[in-house]
Amino acid sequence: MSILVYIEHAEGKVKKTSLEAVSFANALSAKTGEGEVVALALGAIDASELASIGKAGAVKVLHASDARLNDGVISAHASAVAQAFQSVGAKTLVLAKSSLGDAVASRLAVKLNAGLVSNVVELPNTTSGYVVKRSIYTGKAFAETTVTTENKILAVKKNAVDLKTDGADAAVESISINLSDADFASKITSTERATGEILLPEADIVVSGGRGMKGPENWGMLEDMAKVLGAATGCSKPVSDIGWRPHHEHVGQTGVKVAPTLYVAVGISGAIQHLAGVNSSKCIVVINKDPEAPFFKAADYGIVGDAFEVVPKLTEALKAEL
Amino acid sequence: MKILVCITHVPDTTSKIQFTANNTKFDSTGVQFIIGPYDDYALARAVELRDQTGGTLTVLNVGEAETEPTLRKALAIGADDAIRVNSFPKDSIFVAKQIAHYAKEGGYDLILMGRESIDFNGGMVHGMVGELLGMPSFSPVMKLDVDGSTVKMAREIEGGKEYLEAQLPLIAGCQEPIAEWKIPNMRGIMSARTKPLNVVEPVAQDTQAEATSFQLPPAKGAVKLVDKDNVAELVKLLKNEAKVL
Repeated sequence: MSILVYIEHAEGKVKKTSLEAVSFANALSAKTGEGEVVALALGAIDASELASIGKAGAVKVLHASDARLNDGVISAHASAVAQAFQSVGAKTLVLAKSSLGDAVASRLAVKLNAGLVSNVVELPNTTSGYVVKRSIYTGKAFAETTVTTENKILAVKKNAVDLKTDGADAAVESISINLSDADFASKITSTERATGEILLPEADIVVSGGRGMKGPENWGMLEDMAKVLGAATGCSKPVSDIGWRPHHEHVGQTGVKVAPTLYVAVGISGAIQHLAGVNSSKCIVVINKDPEAPFFKAADYGIVGDAFEVVPKLTEALKAEL
Repeated sequence: MKILVCITHVPDTTSKIQFTANNTKFDSTGVQFIIGPYDDYALARAVELRDQTGGTLTVLNVGEAETEPTLRKALAIGADDAIRVNSFPKDSIFVAKQIAHYAKEGGYDLILMGRESIDFNGGMVHGMVGELLGMPSFSPVMKLDVDGSTVKMAREIEGGKEYLEAQLPLIAGCQEPIAEWKIPNMRGIMSARTKPLNVVEPVAQDTQAEATSFQLPPAKGAVKLVDKDNVAELVKLLKNEAKVL
């Protein structure tokens, strides 16, 4: 018996959220005795990078290096994971909640006749049945979900468990997957991806700007602060609607939901729409010149002041300290 | 082209979330219900596609009688007819099985819905319906054009987007900026009253992952304000008190 973890990778690196999923599976196995944690990586990636998945808690990494799996073709990835799930005799699949992960997991739920829980925030409670806590209402509440199927899929929300880093390197084995033409009914014609940046949904620290930044030309000072902090940059909905920043940086109810350890909001009033995207953050800092800005009510720390004055000073103070 | 848009009936995004019946039920007291914001984008794009290419546009909701005003609103926005599957939406697979059954019966070419509902945020129903019907499914789709039987899409990925091509029939979970939300006009509201709204019974009862009880997160403490002329103090607090640096 084993627990299978679906790994996502980009630019030759395993995503941190996938490593968290491995750590989640590792803790789950310790709790339920479901056997070893086996990770599955699809498409081209270095064996040394795959071996390092062991540090997060996997015993073995299966690698399907078929080049047709390099792009994240949803149906092909779903077929591949289903085959690996059967071949290792798993009953539970763990993966990180993500754009591709959701699309693949939902098809797998039907393929594997598996009860699926999304946005899982902690390890299941198995004292009576199999009860999984998930985040709902965009972080405004939690639901205890009872899973009744033998096979299970858990799509884990960021920060659900601490990332384990003290495991040994894992053994990497190749696995061959049978893929049919039907798995490639769609084709990815091109991809646009910001390279070398810290991805917003993965980031531990996020620096976001709102309309208070007055224009896209002023984003430099937020980027400076983000650089010092090793943070990703985000923005409010109006900012992405006006086109100051790209849509994939829009944080909020209808944009990206983030769960960093530190969220710094500059010149964002804190509309409910925006708060819904950040309420899973561990610590929120708000900088706004309006002391009545609703965001202060949701913040841990705040500075009432003009962004153009406060941000450069804060960046200097951070530089001195870090 | 026959288009099906599946919509959710969810609390307005500004609603205060509370539970009742010993935390086993959502408390709808004083809550305004709306078409799910992502479903609203799917519906808006579907109206545009129907107007461009001809054909029909049906909306579907799995819900009890209270969701009918939400379906009427979708009719006012431009859908031709509506289907209500008469049951509480118990979990994702339950909803997906209802949609798959009635979608198969109706023989739709294109099935659109929001990327996720804003109550349970699962984002799983489109993929389940795709697998149940043996159709490709894509989400979150931010651009969708139909040219004959070829569909060209842009799908959001972390840090960017990918462009895809696939053939009808297919399923897409939609998000902005696929289209602008449409506000119903008076003519739409009047005509919605007489458009068909068919109530059908659920076809399968099985569930796999039902929510059995609810909790609210712990209340947030008061904000600690730092003087704007003493930003070093904030850095110290983040480092030593919050321990996030």
